[in-house]
Amino acid sequence: MNENRAGWLLSAPALIVLGAFFFVPVLAAFALSLTDFDLYALADLHNLRFVWFGNYVDVLTRPLFWKSLVNTLYFVGVGVPLSIAASLGSAMLLDSQRARWKGFFRTALFAPVVTTVVAVAVIWRYLLHTRYGLINYTLAHFGIAPIDWLGDPHWSMPAIILFAVWKNFGYNMIILLAGLQSIPPDLYEAARIDGASATQQFRHITLPMLRPVLLLVSIITVSGYFQLFAEPYVMTQGDPLQSTVSVLYFMYEEGFKWWSLGRASAIAFLLFALILAATVLLQRFGRRGEMA
Amino acid sequence: MQAPVTIQSSGNVRQHAGLVGLMLGLAAALGGCAREPTDRVVLRMWGIGREAEVVPALLADFERLHPSIRVDVQALPLTGAHEKLLTAFAGDALPDLAQLGNTWLPEMAALGALSPLQPFVAASRVIQPADYFGGIWDTNVIDGELFGIPWYVDTRLAFYRKDILEAAGIPAPPRTWAEWSTALAAVKAHVGPERYAILLPLNEYEPLLNLAVQEADPLLKDNDTRGNFQSAGFRRAFAFYLDAFHKDWAPEMSATQISNVWDEFGAGFFSYFITGPWNVGEFKRRLPRRLQNDWATMPLPGPNGPGGAIAGGSSLVLFKQSKHPREVWQLIEFLSEPAQQLRFHELCGDLPPRRSSWADPALASDRYASAFREQLENAKPAPKVPEWERIAQQVRLASERAVRGHESPDIVLRDLDQRTDEILEKRRSMLAASKERK
Repeated sequence: MNENRAGWLLSAPALIVLGAFFFVPVLAAFALSLTDFDLYALADLHNLRFVWFGNYVDVLTRPLFWKSLVNTLYFVGVGVPLSIAASLGSAMLLDSQRARWKGFFRTALFAPVVTTVVAVAVIWRYLLHTRYGLINYTLAHFGIAPIDWLGDPHWSMPAIILFAVWKNFGYNMIILLAGLQSIPPDLYEAARIDGASATQQFRHITLPMLRPVLLLVSIITVSGYFQLFAEPYVMTQGDPLQSTVSVLYFMYEEGFKWWSLGRASAIAFLLFALILAATVLLQRFGRRGEMA
Repeated sequence: MQAPVTIQSSGNVRQHAGLVGLMLGLAAALGGCAREPTDRVVLRMWGIGREAEVVPALLADFERLHPSIRVDVQALPLTGAHEKLLTAFAGDALPDLAQLGNTWLPEMAALGALSPLQPFVAASRVIQPADYFGGIWDTNVIDGELFGIPWYVDTRLAFYRKDILEAAGIPAPPRTWAEWSTALAAVKAHVGPERYAILLPLNEYEPLLNLAVQEADPLLKDNDTRGNFQSAGFRRAFAFYLDAFHKDWAPEMSATQISNVWDEFGAGFFSYFITGPWNVGEFKRRLPRRLQNDWATMPLPGPNGPGGAIAGGSSLVLFKQSKHPREVWQLIEFLSEPAQQLRFHELCGDLPPRRSSWADPALASDRYASAFREQLENAKPAPKVPEWERIAQQVRLASERAVRGHESPDIVLRDLDQRTDEILEKRRSMLAASKERK
C-alpha cells in the first residue's frame, strides 16, 4: 500500500506534465473537432455551432480529402521502400571492407538530413527546372525529352518523392549501418566457406539479422512519410492541380490558412487513425515474420 | 511597456545579451531608472515586407514633430503576416496600428478587431475622402463603417515589350479584348513556338479576376452570400483567359516554374506580363540597360476598352485594443500627407492613393506610372467578405483545372459556384440569424 503510494508520488511529475501537455490538448482538439470553430467563432463565441460529427462527414465527402489521401498513400507507397532501399544500399557500401574514406562519405551522405528544407528546395527547384535544370540536361543525353517536373501533375509527385528520399535517406542509413556493424563477421566467414554467393549472403544473413532494425526503421519512416508536409509546402504549395496536396497539407490549409480549426482538428484525428492503422499492420507483419 | 524600452536603450545590458535569465531579472530592476521620459508614448506598429523596411525613414521626422511619441516598427514577412495577425488577435497581442492588406480588412473587421475611423476623419484637416481614388476608399468601408485609411494602392496591369510588339506589327497598345487577341496572335506568330505572347502564372488568381471585374456582373451575388461565377460576364472573361492558353499564347506555367521572371521578360520568353507596381522598380533595376527603352506599362484592356481592375494595396488601421488612439491617428495623418506619400513612393515605389499626391511632377511625369493613374480611377473593391481570399483560391484552382486538366469550363464554373456557396454557408446562416433577431 505504502509502496503503491510512493510509486504514484514518484511518477506524479511525469504524469502531470504528460496530462497537461498531451492528454488535455488531445481531448480539447477532439472537442474542437465536434464544433465548427472558425473566424466568426473567434470573434464571438456565440457564433460557435456544435456539429457533432459534421466535420468528419464533411471532410470524408470532400473530393480534395480523398485526393490528398491518394497522394499521401502514393508518397508513402513509393517513397518508403525507395528510401529504405537507398539507406540500406548506402549503409552496405559504407560497411564494405573495401570502402575508403568512410568518415567522409558517412558525413557527406548524412549531410542532406541536417540541411534546411527551404534552402535545399531552392536548389532542387533549379535542378528540376524544365529548361535549365541539370536533371533534364542529363536526361537529354539519353534522348529523353524535357520533363516538366513541377508543372505536370503526373511528374510532380515523383519529383517530390525524389527530393524527400534524397533529403531523408541518410538518417536511416546511420541506423542501418549500426545494425550491419553488429552482425558478427564469423557468420559471413562461415557462409563464404560453405560457398555462398554475395546475393545468398545478403538474403540469408544480412536481411534476417537486420530484421528488428529494419522493422524499426520502416515504422519510423512510414509514420514520418505519412506526415508529408514541408516538401510540397516549399516546392509546389500543393500544385499542380492539387497533385502534391498531402493530408497534412490539407489540414494546414484548413486550419492555419482558412482558420477552420474545427475541420482541421477532424482531419488531424483522421490522419492519426490512419497512421495508427498503418503502424499496427506493419508491426503485425513484422511479428508474423519472426515466428515463421 | 516600460521594461522592454529600457533594454533597448541601455547599451551595456545589450552587450551581455547571452545572459537571458539575468537580463529578465534586470529588466524589472532597471525599470525604475529608465532613460526615456516616463510620459513618452510608445506606439507599436506592424508593417509587412518591404514597407516595414522603409517606413522607419519617414518616422524619424514624425518623432521630431511629436517628441512625446516613439514608434516601434515591427516587420512581418508577407507570407506569415496573415497567420500572425490572426494569432495575435486570438492571443490579445495586437499592436496599436498596422499596415493591413485590403483583402484582409473584412476579416479583421468581422473579428471586431478594428476601430471605426469615421469620427477621426470627420474632424481631420489632412485626410479628405474625396481626394482618394473612389474604389480604394470604398475597399475600406465595410457595411457602412470606415475601418482603414488607404496607405498605398496597387492594381494589376500589363507590362509589355515595345520592341517585340513593334516587330510583330502592333504599333499602339490594345484597348479592347478583341484588339488584344489580335496583338497576342501577332506576337506569337512573330516569336515562334519556343516563346510566348503573355505570361498568366497559373498559381495566381489576380490576372483572371482582374479581367473578370471589367464585366458588369459582380463576382458574388445575393448580398455576397453566393457565387456568381456562372454569370454571362464571368463566362466571357473566363473564355478570354482560357483562349490565351488554348491558342498557345500563354505557357501553362506557374511562377515557381520560371526561375526569374525579369530575366525571362528580358529574354523575350513572353511579351505581356500582368503584374503590379512593385515590378516597375524591379524591371528598372534588373533589366539590362539596352532594354530600358523597350518596355512600358498599359492599362488592362477590357471587353469594350479599359473598364477597371481590383483595387489592391494596404491601409493603415487602428486596433480597438490600442490605448493610444489619438497618437495613432496623428501617425496615420502624418503618413497620409501627400509629401510623405511621395517620399514613400521614392523609397519603395508604392503608389499613393490620393489624387493630390499624383499631381506632383515626380509622379505626373513618370512614364510608367501614367497607366496606373488611368486604371486607378476605375479600380473597384474585391468582394468585401472575410471568406474572399479563400474563394479567390478556388477561382485559381478552377482555372487551373480548365487549363491543365482540360476540363470543360461549364463543369468547372458550376463546381466553383457550388464550392463558393459551401464556403459562404456560415455567412448565410449568420446573416439569417441576425435578421431574425431584428
